[in-house]
Amino acid sequence: MIVPLDDVLRIEGGQVLATLIRLMGDIDRAEDALQDAAVSAVEAWSRHGVPDNPAAWLTTVARHKGLDRLRREARRAPKEAEAARLLTDDEHGSGHDDRLRLLFTCCHPALAAESQVALALRTICGLTTVDIARAFVVPEATIGQRISRAKAKIARARIPYRVPPAHELPERLGAVLSVVYLVFTTGHHAPLGELGSRVDLASEGVRLGRMLAGLMPDEAECVGLLALMLATEARRPARLDAAGDLVLLADQDRGVWEHHAIAEAAAMVETVLRRGRSGPYQIQAAIACLHGVAATWGETDWPQIAELYVMLESRWPTPVVRVNRAVAVAETSGPLAGLALLDELRGTPIERWHLYWATHADFQRRAGDVAEAARSYRQAMACPSNDTDRRFLQRRLEAISEDAVG
Amino acid sequence: MPRYAALIYGVEASGDASPDVWAKIMDEYNHFGETGGAAGVIAGGEALQETRTATTIQVGGGAKGGDVITTDGPFAETKEALGGFYLLDCKDLDEALHWAAQIPGAWHGRVEVRPVIDFSGSN
Repeated sequence: MIVPLDDVLRIEGGQVLATLIRLMGDIDRAEDALQDAAVSAVEAWSRHGVPDNPAAWLTTVARHKGLDRLRREARRAPKEAEAARLLTDDEHGSGHDDRLRLLFTCCHPALAAESQVALALRTICGLTTVDIARAFVVPEATIGQRISRAKAKIARARIPYRVPPAHELPERLGAVLSVVYLVFTTGHHAPLGELGSRVDLASEGVRLGRMLAGLMPDEAECVGLLALMLATEARRPARLDAAGDLVLLADQDRGVWEHHAIAEAAAMVETVLRRGRSGPYQIQAAIACLHGVAATWGETDWPQIAELYVMLESRWPTPVVRVNRAVAVAETSGPLAGLALLDELRGTPIERWHLYWATHADFQRRAGDVAEAARSYRQAMACPSNDTDRRFLQRRLEAISEDAVG
Repeated sequence: MPRYAALIYGVEASGDASPDVWAKIMDEYNHFGETGGAAGVIAGGEALQETRTATTIQVGGGAKGGDVITTDGPFAETKEALGGFYLLDCKDLDEALHWAAQIPGAWHGRVEVRPVIDFSGSN
């Protein structure tokens, strides 16, 4: 078989499933039907060869399988309405619209955030519950429960399968964007080796982002999010050293960055910012691109980055944005200016974030206050973090302690 | 047409709210009744007396015919209590949420939207 079924399902399964959900009005029914069709495909394709359009073949066969199931069930309960719908609805409507509808349904605000992510990964990306559970480091049963609860709610409360109208779009699109970005960041911050996951959530996030930006090219933030993910992902080969330890942006080998991806992202950002509807994702993408095009840490356009962080902070006044702004300000105006920005966050919950203290420590070290820097590194290590980050903090602490002695 | 129950929760009025406040709230409810009624969305609804008028009964033994246990209350342990409800005929959850957000209880308290089970046999 030239085109293995797995590949077809992997690449086009989400599309086929989305169309089937529209036709059947129920996620479970659609999944069962697709599974039935896949079983048929194994035999039919090996006997008659792979059809010219495997996705269309699967859609048609799955639709008939779904109809068969409904007819079998009809002996127990009347299902004429659903059967009639399967017979009359247009199978070849726009598949793109179907995926977009499905994404908005998965990210409906009436579903819990953790269910939104799990359901999107399951139905749109076609990941198994085992894969999703490993990627998020939660028990498989938990993911299974989240997905089935979400599906039951969609069916029983009748969450509509549609792209929201224009006046609801800003709010609803925000939920979709944050689900996609959450998928990406979960993958980006999780070194694969330590989790033993077979799937790479960062690539799934990029894949979803490409789909979304392709489906809603007029929405500047969709394009901004894709650019942000591409520019961030482009630096991934340099993020960890051979031992799997974290390498700071300043120390990364910029030669291994994926420069074509950075160029692609930069072109997107430029086009989209020209439309004059900047938003948090576009601004972050612009920052990521400025880092990406800089030949060295020192040659980075820090004044521009610091300015972008001011813009970002005005829309998204989060402590994490503040810490990043402080890093840029420390480059343009010195470590004490950076420290001043950080000190305004004293007494807020951000003090439980290890990178807040690590940034503190770095500024103090650069300002020549090694003892204070060491104290800040110890504070950082007292905060929750993953093994990679913890090893990084330990190494930094050891390094400045040696400096202090030597 | 699917039906939804919009359950209105809020802090119970102590009874001594000023007439002006009451009049304003009644106006808001009347407005909802008019717009929802005109749209054909409201299939029913009632406002309930306060929880201090409530009586709870329970039949002991887990089967019909057991002893009837009658208690005063319940008196809400939290400050919010069910104060009334509407039945809304809406085509899907989005429409139900849209209308529920027009119920004055949504800004004086909160409104829980629950699909009503359809026993008519079509499903």
